[in-house]
Amino acid sequence: MRKDYNLEKRKYVIGGFIVVVVVIYVIRLFNLQVADAQYRESAQNNALLYRSSYPSRGQIYDRNDSLVVFNEPVYDLVFVPMDVEPFDTLDLCTTLRMTRDEFDDKWNKLNDKRTNRNYSLYTEQTLMQHLTPDDYGRIQEKLYKYPGFYIVQRIIRQYNYHVGANILGNIREVNDRDLERDSAGYYSPGDYTGDLGVEKSYEQWLRGRKGKEILFRDAMGKIKGRYKDGAMDVAPIAGNDLKLSIDIELQQFGEHLMEHKIGAIVAIEPKTGEVLALVTSPNYDPALLVGKERGKNYGLLSADKNKPLFDRSIQAAYPPGSTFKPSQGLIFLQEGVIDLNTAFPCARGFHFGGMKVGCHGHGSPLPLKPALQTSCNSYFCWGLKKMLDNKSKYGSTAQAFDLWKQYMVSMGYGYRLNIDLPGESRGFIPNVAYYDKMRGKDQWSALSIISISIGQGEILATPLQIANLSATIANRGYFYTPHVVKEIVGEGPLPQFKERHYTKVDTSYYQSVAEGMRMAVTGGTCRKANIPGLDVCGKTGTAQNPHGKDHSVFMGFAPMNDPKIAICVFVENAGFGASFGVPIGAMMIERYLQGDSPGLQSRANAMAATWTMTHSTSPIEAANNTKYTKPAGGTPGSASPASPRAEAATVPATQSRVNNGTKE
Amino acid sequence: MELRNDNENKSLLGQVDWLTVILYAILVVAGAVSIYAATYNYERSSSMFSLTEFSGKQFLWIGLSFVIGFSLLLIDRRLYEAYAYPIYAVMILLLIVTAFVAPDIKGSRSWLTFGPVSMQPAEFAKTATALALAKLFSTYGFQLKDFKSYAIAGTIILLPILCIILERETGSALVYTALIFVLYREGMSGFVLFAALCAIVYFVLVLKFAASAIMGIELGIFIVFIIIMAIIVAMLLFYCRSFILGRNVLLGYLGCGLVAWVLIALGVPVNGYLFFGLTIGASLIYLLIAMFHDDLRKVLTTVIWAVASIVFMFSVNYAFNNVLQDHQQKRIKVTLGIVDDPKFTGYNVNQAKIAIGSGGIIGNGFLNGTQTKLKFVPEQHTDFIFCTIGEEEGFVGCTIVLFLFLALILRIMHIAERQHTAFGRVYAYCVASILIFHLAVNVGMVIGLCPVIGIPLPFFSYGGSSLWGFTFLLFILLRIDAGRADYGNW
Repeated sequence: MRKDYNLEKRKYVIGGFIVVVVVIYVIRLFNLQVADAQYRESAQNNALLYRSSYPSRGQIYDRNDSLVVFNEPVYDLVFVPMDVEPFDTLDLCTTLRMTRDEFDDKWNKLNDKRTNRNYSLYTEQTLMQHLTPDDYGRIQEKLYKYPGFYIVQRIIRQYNYHVGANILGNIREVNDRDLERDSAGYYSPGDYTGDLGVEKSYEQWLRGRKGKEILFRDAMGKIKGRYKDGAMDVAPIAGNDLKLSIDIELQQFGEHLMEHKIGAIVAIEPKTGEVLALVTSPNYDPALLVGKERGKNYGLLSADKNKPLFDRSIQAAYPPGSTFKPSQGLIFLQEGVIDLNTAFPCARGFHFGGMKVGCHGHGSPLPLKPALQTSCNSYFCWGLKKMLDNKSKYGSTAQAFDLWKQYMVSMGYGYRLNIDLPGESRGFIPNVAYYDKMRGKDQWSALSIISISIGQGEILATPLQIANLSATIANRGYFYTPHVVKEIVGEGPLPQFKERHYTKVDTSYYQSVAEGMRMAVTGGTCRKANIPGLDVCGKTGTAQNPHGKDHSVFMGFAPMNDPKIAICVFVENAGFGASFGVPIGAMMIERYLQGDSPGLQSRANAMAATWTMTHSTSPIEAANNTKYTKPAGGTPGSASPASPRAEAATVPATQSRVNNGTKE
Repeated sequence: MELRNDNENKSLLGQVDWLTVILYAILVVAGAVSIYAATYNYERSSSMFSLTEFSGKQFLWIGLSFVIGFSLLLIDRRLYEAYAYPIYAVMILLLIVTAFVAPDIKGSRSWLTFGPVSMQPAEFAKTATALALAKLFSTYGFQLKDFKSYAIAGTIILLPILCIILERETGSALVYTALIFVLYREGMSGFVLFAALCAIVYFVLVLKFAASAIMGIELGIFIVFIIIMAIIVAMLLFYCRSFILGRNVLLGYLGCGLVAWVLIALGVPVNGYLFFGLTIGASLIYLLIAMFHDDLRKVLTTVIWAVASIVFMFSVNYAFNNVLQDHQQKRIKVTLGIVDDPKFTGYNVNQAKIAIGSGGIIGNGFLNGTQTKLKFVPEQHTDFIFCTIGEEEGFVGCTIVLFLFLALILRIMHIAERQHTAFGRVYAYCVASILIFHLAVNVGMVIGLCPVIGIPLPFFSYGGSSLWGFTFLLFILLRIDAGRADYGNW
């Protein structure tokens, strides 16, 4: 056959074509696979799903190892939009006990990106939160009819004692601000974090550490297995339990006493600085801020005129009134303004150059101890005047006042004590600059600020600071920073609570002040606190304030020579210290040192029934009147509640209701 | 005659081109292994050979392919030549029947179902067409010279294209356009290839640069005008071999360009259409006059080519918007990077690029790829099988596969050129051309250099029809080649 060699050369064109194509493709592949790293990253984003595995949150015990806060599984009804098949809506509504309209409304909102920013075809959307065991049983049975609907377990906080909300705090979903502040990048949207109380301040221990699961996800978003068989996963580490220094029964007792009153009780174990009870009133059941009703209840609590969310024990700054006097005595002794024999006159008050501070009738002149016993205003006014006017010693009033302020600060006033709870107030002790500004430089004198010597004027202190003063006197001169957590289980106590703080007053001067306070109990203003065998020392306070009737204040400790409890009681607008502060303080001391007794209980009930509140709706009453909605997840009744209130708040145990549910 | 036949059969195994068989075997086995990797399931995975796996089935098809292949080798090679037309006729009939009786599967009607078995006749039509074309060129006295010969050859190629378009398998139909290489090898003017190349370049440029404007016209049109002017000059210089014409036209273009540039610099707006219309128009009129003093045919060809180019250029936008279907337009726009649509039209290609790009130099390792297994890449075991290779075997694996194909194609071309008959040569070039088209288009679309056209990667993509189709194509070639020594003996 004829062979056309001209045409045969054309094989080079055809062969050349495919060679060029292959070379171009190889270059392209080099660009895609070797030169450009973005595809590797995209592939990882495509295929790997980083999912957090959540550790169980630490539980909270009281100082006597009673379980106070624990975790409870609850059940939510969720659906994955992708998996949902057409279903009998009416039947589902009946099962869920919803009307068709309610269901449609909810369903449409959940399935719309505009109203549900977490919407995704492939992830769980919550239709009903915290099913009651009854609902759980009924729905579970019918669930097979509704593909794409699932029941998932979640964990919520539950409370054995429905007290101490201000100490315990609660948990909530993280918000945008939390996420902004979270520089370590621990939280992701939807995570829970502590809010208020130790849940907030001990968040980093309670939460534990989230684990990480790396999963394969297919193009449909379905999970297809573990990356490297889980070799790169990180197991979650459970949170540390907390052991509170709080005696939960004392706390319960204290809250009972404070019913229908506004104020606070702080009880401290002087030897350690451990807070035994931290009562604020009015308060609320911590279980109100759990679960699906949290938002609604939080709104109601915020709007309450009595401000139950405001922790008066550490956040309220009150004029301390006469409870301030022991601190003044200590400063005067230290500065040599007085000795134990120095007596100042009192003519039903302090009168000097037109300045008058009233007092009540008692003998005159008096030295320090009887002055404490009778709570003589005049004595402490004279003392402060003598100190501030001593220009030969201090140079000027301003310098003397500056020294005075340093004493107060050393006793824990004027600055935060740094208790392990959020939101503590610093109180207020004015300084030279303050008076220079408010009254004009050199325009003020000992006389014009004389009322600070009796805890009035500009002076403000938190009940915690007052209790801390009491603890310092009980210890005869030192204190530990008050704290509500005795121990982080597994970690031990925090080191800053193991450090003794001495004041600027020599320990030797404290004994006489303690004796003066003892005399106030045995034969002075706090005779009602004289419990046989307990050697209570105390000091009343009747704090004038711009909001109405005087605040009734008591500060004390017991027993005198081996103090186990130091206390401050503050009842707003309740009159004389002796009328509410002293009996409440005495009952607290008795309850703690001698335990419960029928007699004490009946006195306590009587006190609890006494009203001093001006706004009559207390949240507790309201809770029982169903203004606040109880969480549906069930509140277990494993602890026997001591107060009637707690009883009223207790609903049947979860366990029995689950059984009912499955029996149906 | 019978005796010789015996001899021929005895020496058959020695005559078979074993290199091709080995390349074939490597490719099909690598294909089945890739299919196993592409469809591997993390949750339940059975053996590669289990018939519940796609790879297991593919191995079964491969086994049967070898049976088919060696059976084909046993058939007297003269039968292929003798029955080329009847085979072709039957195949065309089958394609037409299929178009009408086949069920609609994803919009195409190309699958014939017989109980549990279904097959795609279009895959076998390639062999039939190749045989018919070979038969045509081996007809005594046939030469690709006159209109009639082009018409017959064109009809043989066009008939299956029309039938397959009727089945709505545009991708498979386009494969037959590759046979233009065969025509070229057998004497078709190289001008056709050049024209096709120009058409593709114009098409891409006009569409790609349609968005921006220069001198009042689309940038794409502007660039194509410049290219046309450059090609006119080049054709005058190298095709017409007329230095004087080339020089004059070039100087004319440069002069006009300079004037336009000065005008624009002076702030006088110059309309692009006016400029190119006047410049090129004047040059063409000059050439029409000048051609009588030169090589008339070649200069006229140049003028005709220039006019055709301009007409084509202006028809691109119209054709694109009115002839192509919506999804085809989108695919082309995505490939050209005009639109970025990673969620919908561009999804396949984008995911394919991610899968391949994640492989790096040596890949993630066998069964360690994530993108294909987790179904991010669609059609991962059929048309997009190359992704799995890219992801798991990396740049090295991809290059090896490409070179294996290149070796096979060049080997087939080598076989083609050593044939003593036009029948053998043309058939071999048909096989080579079809493989070139499949390779270039399939890999091109996976790496984002071609629009998505749904055709399989030969020997790799899952499917019995496709595998057997290529097996027929290749083993008939081997059989024809094995008998080349007997040329003249019968």
